[in-house]
Amino acid sequence: MSDTELGLLVECLRRMYRIRIFDTTLSQRDDLPSVGHMSVGMEASIVGACMALEPGDYMVGTHRSHGHPIGKGADIRPLAAELLGKKTGVNQGKGGSMHLSDFGVGSLGETSIVGSGLPVATGAALGIAMKGEARVCLCFFGDGAANEGTFHESLNLASIWRLPVVYVCENNQYGELTAHTDACAVRRISDRAAGYSMPGETVDGMDLTAVYSAVSRAAERARDGHGPSLVETDTYRFFGHAGGADRDELYRTRAEVDRWRERDPIGLLRARLLSAGMSEPDLDAIEAAERERVDQAWEFALASPLPDAQDAYLHVFADPIPLT
Amino acid sequence: MTRRSYLDCVNAAMREEMERDPSVFLMGEDVSFNFMGSTKGLAEQFGSARVRNTPISEAGFLGAAAGAAMVGMRPIVDMMIAPFLYPAFDQLVSIIAKSTYLYGGQTHIPVVIRAAMFYGIGTAAQHSDRPIATVMTIPGLKVVVPASPSDAKGLIKTAIRDNDPVVVFEDRSFWGVSEDVPDEEYLIPFGQAAIRQTGTDVTIVGIAGGVTAALRAGERLRARGVSAEVIDPRTLVPLDLGAILRSVAKTGRLVVVDICHDTCSVASHIAALVAERGFDSLRGPIIRVTTPQIPIPFSPALERPLFPSADRVEEAVVKLIGG
Repeated sequence: MSDTELGLLVECLRRMYRIRIFDTTLSQRDDLPSVGHMSVGMEASIVGACMALEPGDYMVGTHRSHGHPIGKGADIRPLAAELLGKKTGVNQGKGGSMHLSDFGVGSLGETSIVGSGLPVATGAALGIAMKGEARVCLCFFGDGAANEGTFHESLNLASIWRLPVVYVCENNQYGELTAHTDACAVRRISDRAAGYSMPGETVDGMDLTAVYSAVSRAAERARDGHGPSLVETDTYRFFGHAGGADRDELYRTRAEVDRWRERDPIGLLRARLLSAGMSEPDLDAIEAAERERVDQAWEFALASPLPDAQDAYLHVFADPIPLT
Repeated sequence: MTRRSYLDCVNAAMREEMERDPSVFLMGEDVSFNFMGSTKGLAEQFGSARVRNTPISEAGFLGAAAGAAMVGMRPIVDMMIAPFLYPAFDQLVSIIAKSTYLYGGQTHIPVVIRAAMFYGIGTAAQHSDRPIATVMTIPGLKVVVPASPSDAKGLIKTAIRDNDPVVVFEDRSFWGVSEDVPDEEYLIPFGQAAIRQTGTDVTIVGIAGGVTAALRAGERLRARGVSAEVIDPRTLVPLDLGAILRSVAKTGRLVVVDICHDTCSVASHIAALVAERGFDSLRGPIIRVTTPQIPIPFSPALERPLFPSADRVEEAVVKLIGG
């Protein structure tokens, strides 16, 4: 493994730990204004896709929104502050858990109506194409969104207009509590790419390098003007649909969760780095540094002021008008 | 001044702004074909990338406008007719209206959404909607109702330069109307009502096509010795409530003529605001002339009586003044 490759994988591991520790510590807090949707278990899918992009590329996420901006490189202090409803939050306390973003790193917001981000990402790619830029837009969505009309409309538009967009379906096997296999007429969502004349492939979403390679190919294709692709990552959320409390007994077995946990994406990447010559202490030091970073983010968030009640009236419009 | 039709003015507004700013582009179903009469010559002048035909995928292309706006474009989306907003309503409400707010001002959504309103021409319940009031209830959207050719041009140019999403409701009853329009460039600011006729006995506020009924009624009332002041708010978000309150302070009476369905209509909103803030000026009840709360039927015999007409406005004023 070259030094460049090794460096890339180490940065991936850092971001995966950042997401893992951020969401795990979040799930243990009792001072959140509302519940969060955690990405624990899906870190390889998120980071593999984001790291396949250039810094100037765009990204649109989902209601499970903490991991995506972290994967794209956002400073986690304003993300933590946002989750506590603080004025220093990335959205100044307006968005909260399902709507993290960081436009400064190309994270064009996350949306909490399932499937609603697909047209937005498609439109960002339209803007890129019309301006003749070399960027691409990455569009995350879940298996549930693949059954929304916006999925079909967006892939069709992107295909007829050959837009530089990479659709990444994070198939974590459940739309809320309903199994993908009960909700979708195709086993592999990537099969639907054929209906829109674009390449589609399903990769092991627990394997960072598999996701990175597939999204890199798709991004290169998009950047070269050959249009969109659909990459499905087969992945799993270790936590429940929302909040820290798990309602597994309603819809999935302990044995199933354990089976997926055996293929923990962080464990798999650690094994790869060990075989590339890194040591356990090296990797533990990476984890410890990320834990420190996350702890500092929560400290920043806790120390930050709440917004003034009057701030609720800000940002309704860019060019403000008096309310009647 | 040159005599121009409403549709020509819509066209001129888009053409001038597309000439001025390369980030402005138009998309919608069949826009290059000038199917609806407002896009003549635009595809020839600006090409198919900037006058972009879309598939019949309203949610897809309206949402795409939001994404394009986030990365620096200024899309104009021609929805064709207003009820075609419904398949795209989540994109309108959840994305376009809310993104500036939800992301704490990190992004702006300078999208102009043009929606024509067909009614009174036998297009039945699914094609005759005038969802102006519905859209006004969504925080984060500006709402414009141009009721003359020159207003259409000036307001749409302002809408295109505005950094927020603006929904422009274009009433088909005005399409063929022509008037003298300035040759030099002009913009009409949002939030400034037009006093279309001055008077002292009653204030009649008209919304979109309701302006026509209000003006016709005003002429007839003059013949009966009643002096009506007719106000066209022109933009509903923002609303020039001050102009309405000042007029009511003078006349003491208010009739609001609104093409929307009765429940939670624009008229209801204006009536409530004037009752709250202008109550001391009122010498009688506020009368709303609206469309009854029923779906729009097909047969002209059933449909014609439903919308506000000069007859209904005149009757309301006579009742108010005589009573």
